[in-house]
Amino acid sequence: MHQFLQQIFSGLAAGAVYASLALALVMIYRATDLVNFAQGEMAMFSTYIAWTLVNAGLPFWAAFVITLAASFVGGMLIERIVIRPVENAPILTAVVVTIGLLLIFNATAGWIYSYTLQEFPSPFPDRTLFGALMTTRDVGVIAVTLVMLVALFCFFRFTATGLAMRAAAQNPDSARLCGVRVGRMLALGWGFAAAIGAVAGIMVAPILFLDPNMMGGVLLYAFTGALLGGITSPVGAVIGGLIVGVTENLVGTYLIASQLKLTVALLLIIIVLVFRPNGLFGTAVVRRV
Amino acid sequence: MAETFPVDGSRAKLALERHSGAGIAVWRWAGTAALIAVAVVLPFTLSNYHVFQLTQVMIYAIAVLGLNILTGYNGQISLGHGGFFAAGAYTAAILMHRYGVPYWATLLPAALVCFALGVLFGLPALRFEGPYLALVTLAMAFAMPQLLKYFDNWTGGKQGLVLTKPMPPPGLGIDRDRWLYLFVLVVLLVAIRVAANLLNGRTGRAFVAIRDHPIAAAAMGINTARYKTLAFGTSTLFTGVAGALAAIVIGFVAPESFTLFLSLSFLIGSAVGGIATIGGAIVGGFFIEFVPNFANDISDAAPWAIYGLTMLLFMYVMPRGVVGTLGPWLGHAIPSLDRRAAPPNDTNVKGGL
Repeated sequence: MHQFLQQIFSGLAAGAVYASLALALVMIYRATDLVNFAQGEMAMFSTYIAWTLVNAGLPFWAAFVITLAASFVGGMLIERIVIRPVENAPILTAVVVTIGLLLIFNATAGWIYSYTLQEFPSPFPDRTLFGALMTTRDVGVIAVTLVMLVALFCFFRFTATGLAMRAAAQNPDSARLCGVRVGRMLALGWGFAAAIGAVAGIMVAPILFLDPNMMGGVLLYAFTGALLGGITSPVGAVIGGLIVGVTENLVGTYLIASQLKLTVALLLIIIVLVFRPNGLFGTAVVRRV
Repeated sequence: MAETFPVDGSRAKLALERHSGAGIAVWRWAGTAALIAVAVVLPFTLSNYHVFQLTQVMIYAIAVLGLNILTGYNGQISLGHGGFFAAGAYTAAILMHRYGVPYWATLLPAALVCFALGVLFGLPALRFEGPYLALVTLAMAFAMPQLLKYFDNWTGGKQGLVLTKPMPPPGLGIDRDRWLYLFVLVVLLVAIRVAANLLNGRTGRAFVAIRDHPIAAAAMGINTARYKTLAFGTSTLFTGVAGALAAIVIGFVAPESFTLFLSLSFLIGSAVGGIATIGGAIVGGFFIEFVPNFANDISDAAPWAIYGLTMLLFMYVMPRGVVGTLGPWLGHAIPSLDRRAAPPNDTNVKGGL
């Protein structure tokens, strides 16, 4: 029983990371209607920026904030330069473009920082709480994710820009008629997604170690979480991410060996798509013929 | 997907064809025969290593052809064809290694296994649209090396399987590399012929109709579920045969040869050559074989960087790929090729994405 609870808590911490990345995916899907396969590599690259800053002697949280700001700007630039030209292109073009971005980020990181594993500092002390039920690291990761979620919720719920962004995502034409600068809002959406991804990357790097390929598995689980929650629903993405994190941990502990981790993700994705294609909280897409 | 291209001058082309139909047929046959003759003679003028490289080019071309059938003609995006390539390679390798089946007899079982796998995968895929299918197949590409390592009783685990390289038939007087080149060439020609027959006929038109407008296609009486599954099966059949050939020619299979990079290689080969073309597959084969090799000399990261940049470049500048863009232009320049380059009722097929 003790081990079971322990696994659930560490699953929640992993799930918080998946939830963040899933949220980033959902933001981009809602804003620009495309699945961003480069999300994981973008997060990886942000994490390298944070690593460079920490190594340069900056305190962790200063590096954290600077990285988030840099990622935000980077995300907006990517939307502006790379994504805007293919905004209305066929799905295949969009998929190929984001795959191209994935490769470019991966290669650039490999080029600059090499493919060797790097240790990434954790901002949280390594202690256990409540009779070894959970570690302070797990609690820290979950807390950071929660703070981020609350901040995002307040932004979208209570600010004019947040409202404009929701309008632009939901109905670009009407939003434009109301005077919302839709293009700018979409760029903001990418900026937010990049920053959220950066949080996920920084939180997961102390556990996985830093290398250009570290986000492959995380991205798959984040996709699974986003699909499970419903790719149109931010709340769903978070809940889906948490469920996936716990499931992964329990399956890995009790059922199958961990060398089949990615296969579990594949199976989960197929199960969700076959039995509940709109996810738990997603809305069905109704198409006009 | 529904991109309509101006049917420029297709009436004129049609008229031209009516007037000189016989002449065109002769020219086409002569051209094809000349190309095949060059392909047969070529290995005898090159070094062993170059012959091996060209053999690889043809294998990749067959694999890319498979992807073109699915993604280019039918509009279903696969980022995981490396997985089916692996399935074909391991089918051939296990048959040769465990059961002593001669190399040439492994192609048919590999084709059948991969067709069955493709249909099995295609059935749930019917419910996945656009990016979701891309996602599922991406997950498969990630998971493939793990699965191959896990079932190590059959696959030899991490070490893989080492196969004895096939010998050329005695009395023919050619060495192994050139024999394998010719063997693969024959398979490639058969594959191109089969693909052309399939895609230029009723089935191909159904594939394209489903890609361009699934609802209209269904309204016209096309059984979309059946044709989509068929497209999947056919596509994986081609790619699986290519995998089997790779196992035979290289004489070795191991999980690390079938990573995400391989799947993305097929995708980029397809995009570079022209995703809805048959000839583009050969251009793609050349790209996959030679570009990463050159790039590796620069740095470890360079192949990925060049792949990524090429993907972006082609999507912005030449979304129909080399053959998809230059083919129709060539057709204008050489009227005798016109019928192949752009059949009047087929403009959309060559249209690309």
